[in-house]
Amino acid sequence: MTERQYIIIVGAGKVGWNLARELIDKGNEVTVIESNRERYLTVEQELEHNVQYGDASELWVLERAGISRADMVIAVTGDDEDNMLICQVAKEKYLVSRIIARVNNPRNREHFDLLGIKPVVSATDLILRLIEHEVPEYGLVHLLDLPEQRLEIIEMELPANSRAAGTRVGDLSMPEGSLLISVLREGTGFVPNAETVLQSGDEILAVLDPRVEEDLTAYFGPDGSASS
Amino acid sequence: MFVLIVGAGRVGSSVARNMLAEGHEVSCLDEDPESHARLEIGLDKPWEDLGGHFTVGTALELDALMAAGIERADVFVASTDGDNTNIIIAQLAKRRFNVPKVIVRILDPYRAKWYAEQGLNTICPTRVAIDMLEHEIRDTAERGTSGAPPAGAVDHEDADL
Repeated sequence: MTERQYIIIVGAGKVGWNLARELIDKGNEVTVIESNRERYLTVEQELEHNVQYGDASELWVLERAGISRADMVIAVTGDDEDNMLICQVAKEKYLVSRIIARVNNPRNREHFDLLGIKPVVSATDLILRLIEHEVPEYGLVHLLDLPEQRLEIIEMELPANSRAAGTRVGDLSMPEGSLLISVLREGTGFVPNAETVLQSGDEILAVLDPRVEEDLTAYFGPDGSASS
Repeated sequence: MFVLIVGAGRVGSSVARNMLAEGHEVSCLDEDPESHARLEIGLDKPWEDLGGHFTVGTALELDALMAAGIERADVFVASTDGDNTNIIIAQLAKRRFNVPKVIVRILDPYRAKWYAEQGLNTICPTRVAIDMLEHEIRDTAERGTSGAPPAGAVDHEDADL
């Protein structure tokens, strides 16, 4: 970050405390709000005036922390309801331009969506994503999802019997609405040109409309006759 | 009308009983199975025999709300003991299930005011208490310290169980 931002973090658990440390180190002004007295006293020994005691679902606590001049509010308590409502008032009442909310229970995610709270961070989803990245059998990794803009970037490893292996990029007939943007081969990434010939084991990056994702994975996937 | 009440505590259960007595179809959702007993206070028959519905479940779970009949509710009352839960489920009822009338109890007067301005139909018991207390004090100040009960004070016989 180039500019010094004022950031309010709600919840001084492991996530909130460490975020505060990092953001202060990077030169930002940070206030952490913690509602548990004991936890507050512990964290206060290190963060001193950067932590305030109070229940941030009460508006006056947010106001005391100076929410109206905050550039960002990050709600990372262990309570999804708190995180949702703190972000909702931050955004709609105090017009904070950037909010980030933590989702503890993935089943609550749709409630965050309904209230227009985004982006959200869910540890469960992050771990799932890591598993997708680490387990190649899974095949497909989402690197970027912009569902509202109908855009995503995926990474996919071409299987041994990929029907696209041995094909010139110029001869590919990828689904309408998708574009090959990069190839990773033996640890090196490059932007392919029409003459590039794809090989099994290549990891390809493609940008696409999420609606053609299935067509795309089928296109680069194993040859139908050769696989189960 | 079909009335769905989430949170059958003292307030929710009283409203539920009275609405049932007035001939409405009433469904209650509460996470505590024991709340069922509170619904039956003063009734001579079981709640279900009188036509009432009771579902045990967490208010934030869509499955529980649907099991309690939110999709056909005409009126939705959010009266759990948590402001946060009430505010969220009221918005769910309104935005996701399009319940025609949504009423939400918010104890925190400051937030009650703001959410009311955002279009939620809010009831703030704390605000009512503040107003009544202030009224009594002002009334006393005006009339001297005479003992007549002020208008609006709760009559013991009407008090909620």
